[in-house]
Amino acid sequence: MGEMIVVQDLVKNYGEFCAVNHISFTVPEGVIFGFLGPNGAGKTTTIKMLTTVLDPTSGSIRVNGHDPTREQKQVRRSFGIVFQDPSLDDELTAQENMDLHGILYGVPRAERLKRIDALVDLVGLGDRKKDFVKTYSGGMKRRLEVARALLHAPRILFLDEPTIGLDPQTRNHIWGYIQQLSKDEGVTVFFTTHYMDEADRVANDVAVIDHGKIVAQSSPGELKERTKCATLEDAFIALTGHAIREEEANATDRMRMMGRAWRGGGRR
Amino acid sequence: MKAIYILCVRQLKRYVRSPARIIGSLGQPILFLVALGFGFKAMFARAGGGNYIDFLAPGIISMAILFNAVFSGIEIIWDRQFGFLKETLVAPVSRLEIVFGRMLGGALVAMAQGIVVFVICLIAGFRVKSSPILPLAIVFMFLIALLFAGIGTVFGSMLQDMQGFPLIINFLVMPLFFFSGAIFSADGLPKFLQFGLRLNPLSYGVDGLRGACTGVFAYGLKTDLAAVTILTAILLGIGSYFFSKIQL
Repeated sequence: MGEMIVVQDLVKNYGEFCAVNHISFTVPEGVIFGFLGPNGAGKTTTIKMLTTVLDPTSGSIRVNGHDPTREQKQVRRSFGIVFQDPSLDDELTAQENMDLHGILYGVPRAERLKRIDALVDLVGLGDRKKDFVKTYSGGMKRRLEVARALLHAPRILFLDEPTIGLDPQTRNHIWGYIQQLSKDEGVTVFFTTHYMDEADRVANDVAVIDHGKIVAQSSPGELKERTKCATLEDAFIALTGHAIREEEANATDRMRMMGRAWRGGGRR
Repeated sequence: MKAIYILCVRQLKRYVRSPARIIGSLGQPILFLVALGFGFKAMFARAGGGNYIDFLAPGIISMAILFNAVFSGIEIIWDRQFGFLKETLVAPVSRLEIVFGRMLGGALVAMAQGIVVFVICLIAGFRVKSSPILPLAIVFMFLIALLFAGIGTVFGSMLQDMQGFPLIINFLVMPLFFFSGAIFSADGLPKFLQFGLRLNPLSYGVDGLRGACTGVFAYGLKTDLAAVTILTAILLGIGSYFFSKIQL
């Protein structure tokens, strides 16, 4: 087993503000890796850099042996991602969203159609695949995004708070499937979450990031032992403190609000 | 290539599926056609200009294309906010393919809208002169659409949110429309305005379209075609460059 993700001395500055501050970690192939941290700790910024959509200020990254700043195509082919916010086209059907993804990733037609059918069935959307995504609930959209991220059979699956806003049934369903996938096909899973019980249950390894720095990395068991806490949640608080973090609403959030007000949940 | 095709198809599907958008964006051209066309018709004829609708229609068609094409570029902001942009940015295809697919799709949508307005103009009394250069009307419509899809893409890539949208409409799109010779000819304008019209890319598009339909050119067919083609190529390049610089 090699190393699927290697991060060395990674830094991202936004002007004066240091979002990611000299972090280093490795994720071995085939493990389920939980990347934990309070709001604004630098989790999403790190994922953006790993997935080629944000350039680091300094430091080096290897994803599946490739550098996301230079060998973007190879890196992009290696991973599937479920973003923190929805990224489906609501005006297309589930089938069309999947098909578009398959074409972008160069999955041949016959294989694409077969895999789409199998995957939408797997996430329990088989009978709704011809429906427009705008008619889907939040949970259904999430499930569809998971299915879509797996369509091109990636070696790594990035999940940025994949279960936020989902009911326990859907959460268990999704995680059950991802664990199976990791076991059967050796897919490496890199996820972030605020649910510590979830991380404790599914992750083989966790890293805790706070104020842009990694403050701990080990298995959840070791972390609890080291902090002498009964639960991962307590261990997390022991490591990161009780202070509540403030995260500035970014342009996207403001815009979403405006978009909603403007269209009144209308046609798009 | 497949990526360009599928992203283009995506925009066409979204267009066809949104009757509200199709009808909504017809409102403004029809308003201008009726208000100006019928309002100034008598005066234009009295001044010896002939049939004003024949003069105005190509301008109104260009206007419909201009607005739709710029908007298709600005849609990058919506896709950024509503998430779909990310899906395309992590895909293993070049940024150039993504942005070409988008611009082509946006241009085709704008052109479709232009054709609808064309038909409305014919109903309102626009008389097209049949001639060998009439098919060039479609070419000019497509070039105008691509040109402004490129300009829209520049702004859609630069802006983070829709706050700047009225700025673009009021300080870019509206002036480009009014000072393009779409509603009045350059003859008899003050020198500085004539010069302004000369600098406006839309002037050549409007003049080319008008010439192809009615046989009367202000700048000449070759000048129009060359100017619009070159400017379109430049704007597609600039649009692609700005799009490729997008980071999330």
